[in-house]
Amino acid sequence: MPQPLDFATLQPVIVLSVWTCVLLLLDVFLIKRKSITAVLTAFGLALTLGLTFMQVGASNDGFSGMVVQDGFSTFINALQLVGGLLGVAVAHAYIKRTGSERGEYYTLLLFSVIGMMLMAQSNDLIMVFIALELLSIPLYVLAAFTRNTESEEAGIKYFLLGAFSTGFVVYGIALVYGATASTNLHEIVAFASSSSPSLLLTIGAALILVGFAFKVAVVPFHMWTPDVYQGAPTAVTAFMSSGAKVAGFAALLRVFSVAFPNISMDMAPVLAAISALTMIVGNIVAVSQTNIKRMLAYSSIAHAGYILMAFVPYGDAQVSADAIASGLFYLVAYMLTNFGAWAVVIALETKSGSGLELSDYSGLAKKYPAIAAAMTIFMLSLIGFPPTLGMVGKFYLFRAALQGGYTTLALIGVITSLVSAFYYLRVIVNMYMREGDPTPARDLWLDLTWSITAIATVVVSLAPQFLFVLASTAVMLK
Amino acid sequence: MHLTEVVNNGFLFLAPWLVFAPLVGLLINSIFGHKFSERGVGAVASLASGAAFVVSILLAYSVSINHGEVLRWKLAEWMHIGNLSLDWTFRVDSLSATMMLVVSGVGTLIHIYAIGYMHEDVRFKHEENRFRRFFIFLNLFIASMMILVSGDSYMMLFVGWEGVGLCSFLLIGFWFEMDTLARPSWANSDAAKKAFITNRVGDFGFLIAGFLMFWHLGSFQFDAVFENATHAEPWVIVLITLFMLIGVAGKSAQIPLYIWLPDAMAGPTPVSALIHAATMVTAGVYLVTRSAPLYSLVPQAQYIVAMTGAATALFAATIAVGQYDIKKVLAYSTISQLGFMVAAVGMGAYVAGMFHLITHAFFKALLFLSAGSVILGLERGHHHAEHARHAEEPKGKHKKAEHHDEHHEVFDPGDMRNMGGLRKTMPVTFWLYMIGTLALAGIFPFAGFWSKDEILLDASLHFTSIYWQLTIAAFFTAFYMGRQIWMVFFGEARHEAAAHAEESPKVMTLPLVALAVLSVAGGALNLPFEGYHNLGHWLGYTLGEVEGLPLNLQVAGISTALALSAIFISWLIYGRKPLKIGQPDPLKKPLGFIFTGMENKWFVDEGYFALIISPFKKLSQFLADVIDWKFWHDFVHDTIIFGTYNWVSSIALNDYADQKGIDAFANGLGTWTQNFSTAMRKIQNGFVRSYALSVLFGVVFILGYLLLK
Repeated sequence: MPQPLDFATLQPVIVLSVWTCVLLLLDVFLIKRKSITAVLTAFGLALTLGLTFMQVGASNDGFSGMVVQDGFSTFINALQLVGGLLGVAVAHAYIKRTGSERGEYYTLLLFSVIGMMLMAQSNDLIMVFIALELLSIPLYVLAAFTRNTESEEAGIKYFLLGAFSTGFVVYGIALVYGATASTNLHEIVAFASSSSPSLLLTIGAALILVGFAFKVAVVPFHMWTPDVYQGAPTAVTAFMSSGAKVAGFAALLRVFSVAFPNISMDMAPVLAAISALTMIVGNIVAVSQTNIKRMLAYSSIAHAGYILMAFVPYGDAQVSADAIASGLFYLVAYMLTNFGAWAVVIALETKSGSGLELSDYSGLAKKYPAIAAAMTIFMLSLIGFPPTLGMVGKFYLFRAALQGGYTTLALIGVITSLVSAFYYLRVIVNMYMREGDPTPARDLWLDLTWSITAIATVVVSLAPQFLFVLASTAVMLK
Repeated sequence: MHLTEVVNNGFLFLAPWLVFAPLVGLLINSIFGHKFSERGVGAVASLASGAAFVVSILLAYSVSINHGEVLRWKLAEWMHIGNLSLDWTFRVDSLSATMMLVVSGVGTLIHIYAIGYMHEDVRFKHEENRFRRFFIFLNLFIASMMILVSGDSYMMLFVGWEGVGLCSFLLIGFWFEMDTLARPSWANSDAAKKAFITNRVGDFGFLIAGFLMFWHLGSFQFDAVFENATHAEPWVIVLITLFMLIGVAGKSAQIPLYIWLPDAMAGPTPVSALIHAATMVTAGVYLVTRSAPLYSLVPQAQYIVAMTGAATALFAATIAVGQYDIKKVLAYSTISQLGFMVAAVGMGAYVAGMFHLITHAFFKALLFLSAGSVILGLERGHHHAEHARHAEEPKGKHKKAEHHDEHHEVFDPGDMRNMGGLRKTMPVTFWLYMIGTLALAGIFPFAGFWSKDEILLDASLHFTSIYWQLTIAAFFTAFYMGRQIWMVFFGEARHEAAAHAEESPKVMTLPLVALAVLSVAGGALNLPFEGYHNLGHWLGYTLGEVEGLPLNLQVAGISTALALSAIFISWLIYGRKPLKIGQPDPLKKPLGFIFTGMENKWFVDEGYFALIISPFKKLSQFLADVIDWKFWHDFVHDTIIFGTYNWVSSIALNDYADQKGIDAFANGLGTWTQNFSTAMRKIQNGFVRSYALSVLFGVVFILGYLLLK
């Protein structure tokens, strides 16, 4: 029987789930006033965020070890809930503008957020799988939400490839179960530590890795990303490019560092190769993009490579704590910068879906200096140029890689960052040095989104230590 | 002292006011002094010094009611780092109380004298606004000197040591933009620098001694050092004491560092009296006396100290014979007398050394101040004569005559060859000077007789060679003082200024009378009779009780006879046939090159110049011109670094590396990136099956690696 303490570990998730179900019913009666749904969604997320903050410092497992609540999960959950709030903020005006304002948008978003939170709290491979599905299926639907050709194509592509990769996860879980007779992360590591190295376990872990690699979009499991990001409604792209990535990394981190530290020697070269390949391919292919959504899609692929770099030495006890903190720090930096950039993209996208080419940004600075300045900050942060959060985050990532002994990886990171300057700066060049007449949509929530994230990107970078300390204290229950 | 008796601190709480009182005076004069009259400024400064004197008396009383118990007053923590703990603690015992009394007592009298002296001095030099500055410096000196004598650790002593050094520098260079004859020149500044730099050499010795002390004895606090020294290895103590001797030689003007003191006479005469005769220069003697427990451990070092003192005493006395400047004679006399003191404390005769320190402070201050009175008297006479001459001259020629004056006749009021017959024009000064002279020459029953005799007696009992050196020095002392008296006060005036010399005002002569009384009666402090060894008993609290030596008639007889005969010989040479105008010194002919040597201070300054200063300058010149400029700047920087850089950047890097290398590579990389990017775009064909294939490839590669590795 579940104990009260079990519910305490999942309290924010449970509250948000209940709220979502209530909202689903409520929405039926709010036929013409979808803004109220948006506000109620935001309220639910804020309430959950508050509950999450109340969990700070606590650390327990619950439901017979199926889930866990610790500093790490609290950190990720808070981040995901902020992401959810930003997702609501950018979506509100967008779905109204594109004529797809339906209440389900918000409930789907909430269900996805619940899945993302559970990803960080799962302590059992079965739970990981459920969370993964809970996070993914609403996203498949959301990707096809506007019901035009591009959107539906994106949705179906995402669904097919997602299902394909989930198959690998399930197969991997099965192999791990076969090797260790358990799906619980703690029991897996206990078994693996007490017995001789098992190839079955390694193969199983590798297949699970493939599933996560698909979610976070690293090469060569990234092919879906540009198509889906481009085709999906931009607000959905903004949400999933941040949230799904964070969730994927959170699960990857927890599963690998809790359950598979023993095979880190085998996995490290694989992770390193994927990371290097991702940074190279993502950045180089981004160079020839002319569509901002595709460009940002490749940008997000490239950044997945950077973040993965910090997790390569995950089994090295001496550096892993710092490396994981660096990864978490970068996730925050990426979440803020990425959402801000997408918010600007949403602002410039027209009702008919044009305004997404790089040339559409020409002359933005002259007419709308504030938006252009914000976009400049996001581009600089994505390059890793001071004084932005991206620069500080990259610094920590490269440091983690160097501490772990992966000098080549850090070097590739630096060189590809240099390459990335080309396509990011092109946006800035267009905005400031070319003539044009863009007319961005103005909406209070959208304006708030890009202005707040821009300010945060700069301000936090000036005193990044507290965030890093916060990330360092977000430890996992092992 | 009975065990039940509780230590009564008496007036110990006043100890910090030794330093604060002069500092308060200094601050008042600094901040409000511009509103005061000269007398007001002088009064504030004198009262500040007088307050320190009163405090000294009360502290001495506190020591005596405690039967010599060492009293300490901790004012503040200074530094506590690791094992080192230093505090601002005032140490009041019989030795430091004695020094306090001398410093503040003589100091106060000189403050008062200086009110009159500086009043005229600043007028002769047309710098009346400097009057206040002088008293600020004087008060600062008293404060520093009090820190020096009242500190409970070598470090606090060193703070005072440096402080008095600074004041000495400031006051020697008081008239920094002129020479001693008030002509525009940097001579006084040079004298100040010479004093300071020479003292730095001594301070270096002191510091090394301090470092050794801390390293091997683990403390700076006097008692802790003395306690630990008894367990330390002897060579450590030898090193400490000898390095300390370098400091002593610097501050107390001993061979080989005495050279700064004669030049220090560039300062105003009260400064010469206070700092360069009575108090600061005795700091070295005080240091050795204070470190008596250290020196007692190492007789070798004691012997070196004693020999240094005796040699200095004799050497400086011979130079004094050949000097013409009234203050220079006294300066060499001071060096010589300091030699007596250092010899005494070196021999372990601390009481005798301190006794001579005290009496010397009295009579040498008296002599210097009287000399100052003489100099000002001559200045007055000079001005009087000038005015008289100008009044007589026709109006038309007036300007020309003045012109003539300024450029051709430089009158030196300190040159004894310009004096003569002052006995009649300056009677008070004459009698005061006589008393000082008799005391210095060691004539019974003046103070100098008793103190010098005690040193000689000690020397005769322990170190014969030192005894003879000091006895000969005493003979020379009486001789050069006799020479001075005959030249200055007897015979006929050799210059119209001397003929018109005027007596000094009472504010100057009254302090001199007080000093004269002390010079006469000062010997009573420590008479060599049973039951009258007061100073010996008093200092015995601190230095350990010593048996007071009874009067030895043989030693006393020899020294008195020598002194009297020296005065008689000086009468034969200088008194019987007084010096004529322009006549060379009567000794010059019979003594020949020996007198030339005395006249020129045995060419020691020239020797230092040839041996140290000139090679040093040449080395600096070489380092600056050849090494730094020609080698580093012209060759290394300009030719090698800059030239190479130019060559590398313009030809190698720009032409080959940059344009044909990096540029080509970067452009190639850019082109390649674009091509690769375009190729990858083609793979991204939009078909789900291709994408799934890509995933499958990824899986195969990973699993292949894991299986085959």
